Amino acid sequence: MKSFDELSLKEIVDEVQDGFILGIPADYSGVPMKFTKELIKKGVKNLKLYCLPLTTIQGDMLIGSGCVSEIEAAAVTLGEFGMAPRFSEAVENGKILIKDSTCPALHAQLQATEKSVPFMPLRGVIGSDIQKHRKDWHVIQNPMRSSGVREEPVLLLPAVQLDILVFHAPCSDRNGNIQIGRRRELATLAHASKKVFVTVEKVLDIDFFEDELSAATCLPALYVNGISIVKNGAWPCALPGVYSSDNEEIKKYSLAAKTKEGFGEYMKYCL
Amino acid sequence: MNLNIQREELLISQLADLLKNDKHVAVGAASPIPGAAALLAKEEAKFLNKRLRVTILHSNKYNNFTDGARELFDCAAQGRIDTFFLGGVQIDGQANINLVGTGKYPKIKKRFPGSFGSALMYFVVPQIVLFREEHSPRTLVKKVDFISAPGVSEKDVYRPGGPKYLLTNRALFRFNKNLQKFSLYKINEKETVKNLIKLTGFDFDVDNKISQMPNPDTNRINILRNKIAPMVSEFYPEFANRIWGI
Repeated sequence: MKSFDELSLKEIVDEVQDGFILGIPADYSGVPMKFTKELIKKGVKNLKLYCLPLTTIQGDMLIGSGCVSEIEAAAVTLGEFGMAPRFSEAVENGKILIKDSTCPALHAQLQATEKSVPFMPLRGVIGSDIQKHRKDWHVIQNPMRSSGVREEPVLLLPAVQLDILVFHAPCSDRNGNIQIGRRRELATLAHASKKVFVTVEKVLDIDFFEDELSAATCLPALYVNGISIVKNGAWPCALPGVYSSDNEEIKKYSLAAKTKEGFGEYMKYCL
Repeated sequence: MNLNIQREELLISQLADLLKNDKHVAVGAASPIPGAAALLAKEEAKFLNKRLRVTILHSNKYNNFTDGARELFDCAAQGRIDTFFLGGVQIDGQANINLVGTGKYPKIKKRFPGSFGSALMYFVVPQIVLFREEHSPRTLVKKVDFISAPGVSEKDVYRPGGPKYLLTNRALFRFNKNLQKFSLYKINEKETVKNLIKLTGFDFDVDNKISQMPNPDTNRINILRNKIAPMVSEFYPEFANRIWGI
């Protein structure tokens, strides 16, 4: 039935090397939590997290577990459950480097890689302290005669390529195409990543390309290096359209992670 | 009839009043009160035979986008969003907002989540409503410790959008772009101008049309509690549970 060989979760985890730039999906686009816990167990170090555009419990857990040296994000938060405590503590004590950004800039940097151009322009941002502290960003005067306002200052952002992306999705078809629905930012992430691995709830014995609707809402297998079936793989985060987040569990985490000791206890229980 | 209007319901009502001329309102992260206000304004627009489009980013149901998370920013940059809401750990007298933290960046004392999309949205959405419940000298400051997005820009910077209002649980300010200054527009019935001067870290003017924040009438409260509250619980379940017990 399947035209691809399914991987084990361990095989995906083993693809992640120390120091890699790891793509992190937002809480609404399929957070690979089972994978993340296995990654923590493995004890990977010095990861650079690239969040599109933010992270919640996934980033906080990785930071609290000492797996991260750098993070580029527009926000790290537990949403309705308040601040991401391990992230805040790590930044306040200088344990990790945070490259503060803003959502559209994080998208644009990956879009540059999608198009294989060295940079992408963006409006706004000029005059903020975000821009002031980003030495990798540049402001130029608009050189175009026929579009925009001539000489208008415009921000240029460098193309960013990810080493690896892992996300969780509802299903793949028998050919390894992944259903992502309207979460098109997953396609942006995938296009801009050297390697892409996906954990899925299930594999369907159909071909998404036989139907216009399912073809339009999938990430083609050509961008995917491997798939592993992981039931409930986003828990306690939501898998949009399939299950909602386990708010009790996230609340439990938010309280436990307020202290280093509490976080340690929680991780012992959850790993 | 005593409606026992809650503080959050009063704020929702104030925000809904600011959306009356809009065609498209978008609501970003961590914004249950603006989210409820936008849905309330949409519902009330129907009675006037008007159509208000509402996009709530953290909802699957009340979300008009299919092109991924970047569509909000592209859509805003195209001028297709009339009102958006932004908050701030600190907001200063020039309407600069700080969502990053306190202390001298990058060695900050207290770290908050981050700037989200503010650094673009503040520039391109015509009506930005700043919303911060806590009205105190630590939230409304003379000068923010970090500018996530500036309140005003140099003349040559592309900026069709910017701050129009600032709502706290004590007052509503209007922002005067030319003077680069807030003016006090409406105050909570329990407040005095004198007390607000004490509780505000920046200097502000007092509008000559200053009035009390009106309480929502029975009609509005009924719509909010019966129709809007269950909608809010889809995307902010904790909030809906705390305020309306659903």
